[in-house]
Amino acid sequence: MDIAKIVGIGLLAGIMINLLKQHKPELAMQLSIATGVMLFILMVSRVMDVVDVLQTLGTRAKLDQAHMGTVLKIIGIAYVADFGSQVLQDAGEKSVASKVEMAGKVLIMLLAVPIVLAIVDTVMKLLG
Amino acid sequence: MDLTMLFRISGVGFIVMVMATMLKQAGRDEQGQMVSLIGVLLVLVLVVTQLGYLINLAKTVFLIQ
Repeated sequence: MDIAKIVGIGLLAGIMINLLKQHKPELAMQLSIATGVMLFILMVSRVMDVVDVLQTLGTRAKLDQAHMGTVLKIIGIAYVADFGSQVLQDAGEKSVASKVEMAGKVLIMLLAVPIVLAIVDTVMKLLG
Repeated sequence: MDLTMLFRISGVGFIVMVMATMLKQAGRDEQGQMVSLIGVLLVLVLVVTQLGYLINLAKTVFLIQ
Protein backbone atom coordinates (compact mmCIF):
# COMPACT_ATOMS: atom_id res chain seq x y z
CA MET A 1 0.00 0.00 0.00
CA ASP A 2 2.52 2.54 -1.20
CA ILE A 3 0.00 5.30 -1.59
CA ALA A 4 -0.74 5.24 2.14
CA LYS A 5 2.96 5.68 2.85
CA ILE A 6 3.20 8.57 0.40
CA VAL A 7 0.14 10.33 1.78
CA GLY A 8 1.42 9.79 5.32
CA ILE A 9 4.75 11.40 4.55
CA GLY A 10 3.05 14.24 2.70
CA LEU A 11 0.66 15.02 5.55
CA LEU A 12 3.39 14.75 8.17
CA ALA A 13 5.60 17.12 6.21
CA GLY A 14 2.69 19.46 5.61
CA ILE A 15 2.00 19.70 9.31
CA MET A 16 5.64 20.42 10.07
CA ILE A 17 5.82 23.01 7.29
CA ASN A 18 2.78 24.81 8.65
CA LEU A 19 4.24 24.72 12.12
CA LEU A 20 7.47 26.24 10.85
CA LYS A 21 5.75 28.74 8.59
CA GLN A 22 4.63 31.16 11.28
CA HIS A 23 8.09 31.80 12.69
CA LYS A 24 10.60 30.70 10.04
CA PRO A 25 9.03 30.83 6.54
CA GLU A 26 12.43 30.30 4.87
CA LEU A 27 12.96 27.00 6.70
CA ALA A 28 9.41 25.95 5.81
CA MET A 29 10.18 26.47 2.12
CA GLN A 30 13.33 24.37 2.33
CA LEU A 31 11.41 21.66 4.18
CA SER A 32 8.85 21.56 1.36
CA ILE A 33 11.69 21.22 -1.18
CA ALA A 34 13.15 18.33 0.79
CA THR A 35 9.76 16.63 1.00
CA GLY A 36 9.28 16.95 -2.74
CA VAL A 37 12.65 15.36 -3.36
CA MET A 38 11.90 12.53 -0.96
CA LEU A 39 8.57 11.74 -2.56
CA PHE A 40 10.20 11.65 -5.98
CA ILE A 41 12.89 9.29 -4.67
CA LEU A 42 10.13 7.00 -3.40
CA MET A 43 8.55 6.93 -6.85
CA VAL A 44 11.72 6.62 -8.92
CA SER A 45 11.63 2.85 -9.32
CA ARG A 46 8.11 2.95 -10.73
CA VAL A 47 8.99 5.80 -13.05
CA MET A 48 11.88 3.64 -14.30
CA ASP A 49 9.40 0.85 -15.10
CA VAL A 50 7.15 3.26 -17.01
CA VAL A 51 10.15 4.49 -18.99
CA ASP A 52 11.12 0.92 -19.84
CA VAL A 53 7.58 0.21 -21.09
CA LEU A 54 7.77 3.34 -23.25
CA GLN A 55 11.09 2.19 -24.68
CA THR A 56 9.76 -1.26 -25.58
CA LEU A 57 6.65 0.29 -27.16
CA GLY A 58 8.91 2.62 -29.14
CA THR A 59 11.09 -0.20 -30.45
CA ARG A 60 8.03 -2.35 -31.28
CA ALA A 61 6.47 0.53 -33.24
CA LYS A 62 9.83 0.86 -34.99
CA LEU A 63 9.96 4.52 -33.95
CA ASP A 64 13.23 6.33 -34.42
CA GLN A 65 15.15 5.92 -31.17
CA ALA A 66 16.21 9.58 -31.23
CA HIS A 67 12.57 10.69 -31.07
CA MET A 68 11.90 8.40 -28.10
CA GLY A 69 14.95 9.88 -26.40
CA THR A 70 13.75 13.41 -26.94
CA VAL A 71 10.26 12.53 -25.69
CA LEU A 72 11.77 11.21 -22.47
CA LYS A 73 13.98 14.28 -22.20
CA ILE A 74 10.94 16.51 -22.64
CA ILE A 75 9.14 14.65 -19.85
CA GLY A 76 12.18 15.06 -17.62
CA ILE A 77 12.50 18.79 -18.31
CA ALA A 78 8.77 19.25 -17.77
CA TYR A 79 8.96 17.44 -14.44
CA VAL A 80 11.93 19.42 -13.12
CA ALA A 81 10.50 22.76 -14.31
CA ASP A 82 7.16 21.95 -12.72
CA PHE A 83 8.87 20.95 -9.47
CA GLY A 84 10.69 24.27 -9.32
CA SER A 85 7.73 26.43 -10.22
CA GLN A 86 5.40 24.68 -7.74
CA VAL A 87 7.88 25.19 -4.89
CA LEU A 88 8.28 28.84 -5.86
CA GLN A 89 4.49 29.34 -5.95
CA ASP A 90 4.22 27.79 -2.47
CA ALA A 91 6.76 30.28 -1.26
CA GLY A 92 4.61 33.06 -2.73
CA GLU A 93 6.95 33.98 -5.59
CA LYS A 94 4.42 33.79 -8.41
CA SER A 95 6.40 35.91 -10.86
CA VAL A 96 9.60 33.88 -10.48
CA ALA A 97 7.56 30.69 -10.82
CA SER A 98 6.05 31.85 -14.10
CA LYS A 99 9.55 32.73 -15.39
CA VAL A 100 10.77 29.24 -14.55
CA GLU A 101 7.77 27.74 -16.32
CA MET A 102 8.35 29.94 -19.37
CA ALA A 103 11.99 28.82 -19.50
CA GLY A 104 10.87 25.20 -19.29
CA LYS A 105 8.44 25.70 -22.16
CA VAL A 106 11.15 27.29 -24.31
CA LEU A 107 13.50 24.38 -23.67
CA ILE A 108 10.76 21.88 -24.49
CA MET A 109 9.95 23.74 -27.70
CA LEU A 110 13.60 23.56 -28.69
CA LEU A 111 13.62 19.81 -28.16
CA ALA A 112 10.31 19.31 -29.95
CA VAL A 113 11.39 20.97 -33.23
CA PRO A 114 13.00 17.88 -34.82
CA ILE A 115 9.97 15.76 -33.95
CA VAL A 116 7.63 18.30 -35.54
CA LEU A 117 9.80 18.31 -38.66
CA ALA A 118 9.69 14.54 -38.79
CA ILE A 119 5.90 14.57 -38.53
CA VAL A 120 5.63 17.13 -41.30
CA ASP A 121 7.92 15.06 -43.51
CA THR A 122 5.89 11.89 -42.98
CA VAL A 123 2.64 13.75 -43.66
CA MET A 124 4.04 15.22 -46.85
CA LYS A 125 5.22 11.78 -47.92
CA LEU A 126 1.73 10.38 -47.29
CA LEU A 127 0.09 13.17 -49.27
CA GLY A 128 2.71 13.58 -51.96
CA MET B 1 12.50 4.91 3.08
CA ASP B 2 14.75 7.73 4.31
CA LEU B 3 12.44 9.72 6.54
CA THR B 4 15.52 10.82 8.45
CA MET B 5 16.14 13.77 6.13
CA LEU B 6 12.64 15.07 6.76
CA PHE B 7 12.99 14.76 10.53
CA ARG B 8 16.50 16.19 10.49
CA ILE B 9 15.46 19.36 8.69
CA SER B 10 12.31 19.89 10.73
CA GLY B 11 14.30 19.21 13.91
CA VAL B 12 16.80 21.91 13.02
CA GLY B 13 13.92 24.21 12.15
CA PHE B 14 12.16 23.72 15.46
CA ILE B 15 15.32 24.11 17.53
CA VAL B 16 16.22 27.30 15.71
CA MET B 17 12.69 28.60 16.14
CA VAL B 18 12.64 27.94 19.87
CA MET B 19 16.12 29.31 20.48
CA ALA B 20 15.49 32.46 18.49
CA THR B 21 12.32 33.29 20.41
CA MET B 22 14.03 32.41 23.72
CA LEU B 23 16.98 34.65 22.93
CA LYS B 24 14.59 37.41 21.94
CA GLN B 25 12.84 37.21 25.29
CA ALA B 26 16.22 37.24 27.04
CA GLY B 27 16.93 40.52 25.28
CA ARG B 28 19.78 39.07 23.11
CA ASP B 29 18.19 39.79 19.77
CA GLU B 30 21.41 39.79 17.72
CA GLN B 31 22.32 36.27 18.92
CA GLY B 32 18.78 35.27 17.97
CA GLN B 33 19.35 36.55 14.45
CA MET B 34 22.68 34.72 14.32
CA VAL B 35 21.06 31.48 15.41
CA SER B 36 18.33 31.69 12.79
CA LEU B 37 20.90 32.58 10.13
CA ILE B 38 23.01 29.56 11.03
CA GLY B 39 19.88 27.40 11.07
CA VAL B 40 18.94 28.55 7.60
CA LEU B 41 22.45 27.89 6.29
CA LEU B 42 22.56 24.42 7.81
CA VAL B 43 19.22 23.47 6.31
CA LEU B 44 20.34 25.00 3.02
CA VAL B 45 23.32 22.64 2.91
CA LEU B 46 21.05 19.63 3.53
CA VAL B 47 18.48 20.73 0.94
CA VAL B 48 21.00 21.60 -1.74
CA THR B 49 22.56 18.14 -1.53
CA GLN B 50 19.06 16.66 -1.83
CA LEU B 51 18.36 18.86 -4.86
CA GLY B 52 21.60 17.77 -6.49
CA TYR B 53 20.57 14.19 -5.88
CA LEU B 54 17.15 14.89 -7.44
CA ILE B 55 18.63 16.45 -10.58
CA ASN B 56 21.03 13.54 -11.07
CA LEU B 57 18.16 11.11 -10.51
CA ALA B 58 16.01 12.91 -13.08
CA LYS B 59 18.94 12.74 -15.51
CA THR B 60 19.31 9.00 -15.09
CA VAL B 61 15.59 8.27 -15.12
CA PHE B 62 14.68 10.40 -18.12
CA LEU B 63 17.87 9.51 -19.98
CA ILE B 64 18.97 13.12 -20.23
CA GLN B 65 22.66 12.88 -21.05
